[in-house]
Amino acid sequence: MAANVLDFERPIIELENLIAELRKPEKRAEAVASGIDLDAEIVRLENELRRATEQVFANLSPWEEVLIARHKDRPYALDYVRMIFDQYMELSGDRVWANDEAVIGGPAFLDGRPVVVIGQQKGRDLRERQRRNFGCARGPGFRKALRLARLAERFGRPLISFVDTSAAAADLRAEETGVSEAIARNMAEFAFLRTPIVAIVIGEGGSGGAMGMAVGDRVLMLEHAVFSVIPPEGCAAILWRDKEQAPQAATALKLTAKSAQQLGIVEHVLPEPLGGAHRDPSAMAASIKLSITAVLEELGRMSLDDLVAARYARYRRMGVWRTEPPSERAAEKPS
Amino acid sequence: MDTVPDGVASKCLGCDEIIFVRELERNLQVCSKCGYHHRLTSAERLAITVDPDSFVETDGDLLPDDPLEFPGYVEKASTAAASSGVREAITTGDATIEGLPCVIGVADFGFMGGSMGSVVGEKIVRAFERAVERAVPIVIFSASGGARMQEGLVALMQMAKTSAAAKRASLAGVPFISVLTDPTTGGVYASYASLGDVILAEPGAVVGFAGRRVGRQDLGGHLPANFQTSEFQAEHGFVDRTVPRKEMRATLAFLLRFFAASEAREGEADGS
Repeated sequence: MAANVLDFERPIIELENLIAELRKPEKRAEAVASGIDLDAEIVRLENELRRATEQVFANLSPWEEVLIARHKDRPYALDYVRMIFDQYMELSGDRVWANDEAVIGGPAFLDGRPVVVIGQQKGRDLRERQRRNFGCARGPGFRKALRLARLAERFGRPLISFVDTSAAAADLRAEETGVSEAIARNMAEFAFLRTPIVAIVIGEGGSGGAMGMAVGDRVLMLEHAVFSVIPPEGCAAILWRDKEQAPQAATALKLTAKSAQQLGIVEHVLPEPLGGAHRDPSAMAASIKLSITAVLEELGRMSLDDLVAARYARYRRMGVWRTEPPSERAAEKPS
Repeated sequence: MDTVPDGVASKCLGCDEIIFVRELERNLQVCSKCGYHHRLTSAERLAITVDPDSFVETDGDLLPDDPLEFPGYVEKASTAAASSGVREAITTGDATIEGLPCVIGVADFGFMGGSMGSVVGEKIVRAFERAVERAVPIVIFSASGGARMQEGLVALMQMAKTSAAAKRASLAGVPFISVLTDPTTGGVYASYASLGDVILAEPGAVVGFAGRRVGRQDLGGHLPANFQTSEFQAEHGFVDRTVPRKEMRATLAFLLRFFAASEAREGEADGS
């Protein structure tokens, strides 16, 4: 576990370890022997732990949010799927070429209600990470998602998409399988899909890779998830020719959940348990479940025509620009 | 063309041979020795593509804003406007090609690498809407490194916005010819540019998901020589044809005639 502790988590973990140590029976015996009120000490330390955690997490920099979003202990799509849905059956393959394990999905029941789940799945251990290409989908992964989205549409089941990828794959196999076309196709098809779509950015919303599965009626984001047009490292390399300046780039990119909401890109930010989703996955899952249920109820009241029209309008209005009539020079026609 | 300085002679970016500027111009900026297609500005592209005096620009009043207050963006955009002579990375409007009407968009790589921010996204969507209203085909020449970093998430959303608009136009029966020119990568290749009814590309253009900024060594060993080019995409079924520049106008005209003919038949069926 210690390997997965971030620098700014260290004081928190140290306090936790200390408390755990004091709770051991042999410590209690020692304390009694030396006349120390151990319970009072534990209460004091627990208060301190809470205060320290709150302090760290109330002041996370955008770069620290990136580190939390990428935390190796952070719950992944399948963790949430198992905790949120009563039953889930994984389906495989894009029916064209392959089964890309960077994407998971299949039918599930949400409190007895049939839904279709899709998600981007990072791996937990090295072997799983390799099998899932670290959650970086290629063409077949996005086409699997589309195939399942079509299944949802055909049978009138809402589509729930868990977004968590650093980026789509860009290697030889990704290009061979047309990862660009697959992402483009998904955005176009999801925009007109005749069933409610809820997308939840649970970790990393990595540029085009995220967009291939993030077009929906409502886009939710966990408090410490990030959503960005480019990884901060890449941005820093372009801007300052120095990947070490990723923290500054993270700030400039406005990639936090709060910023995404302020920019009107996501509707809801779901607060995470103190210290991040990985500190209490089941509480996080319960909160996501409540939100999905509420959003589906809201969307369920709309006709499919209205739903699709509103979804189109959601994207149609995105963008910020100025208008100024062209000057005479600029208005010259090309020769 | 800004890649070759003014003067009598210049170096080909493909083969390093000295070529005469006048000869290069006569040859549509294609090297007569190696066939390298030099990049064109949107004005140069329009001049060799549409009928003389047929182009009427639309939405030229849209200018970039700075939604993220991104460091240096305002300065960078104004420098780009000054050096490229265009106000944004795409020019859109109405035109005819061999007498056939269409809506046309032409990207300008010289303006911040042709990157797609809010203005590019909005102009593309309005172009699709205009094609729907006028019931004419739409032709878009892309040349872009992808979404514009300086507009962050707002730029990223233009991928969804333009793709949805392409689909909407498609549902309305509008033919879309997407032409990929050097380079078409990232968020542009992974959005509307990949959604053409017909997708053409210029020979040797860099076309791929990852731009050339991503080192080849990061993408695994044994990459084919034509990796991330028009030819690679055509070989794998994602580009219909690579079309040399001197044949592009005739190729577009052929397709526009084909689409116009199919529309005429539909009209006949309605009338009977």
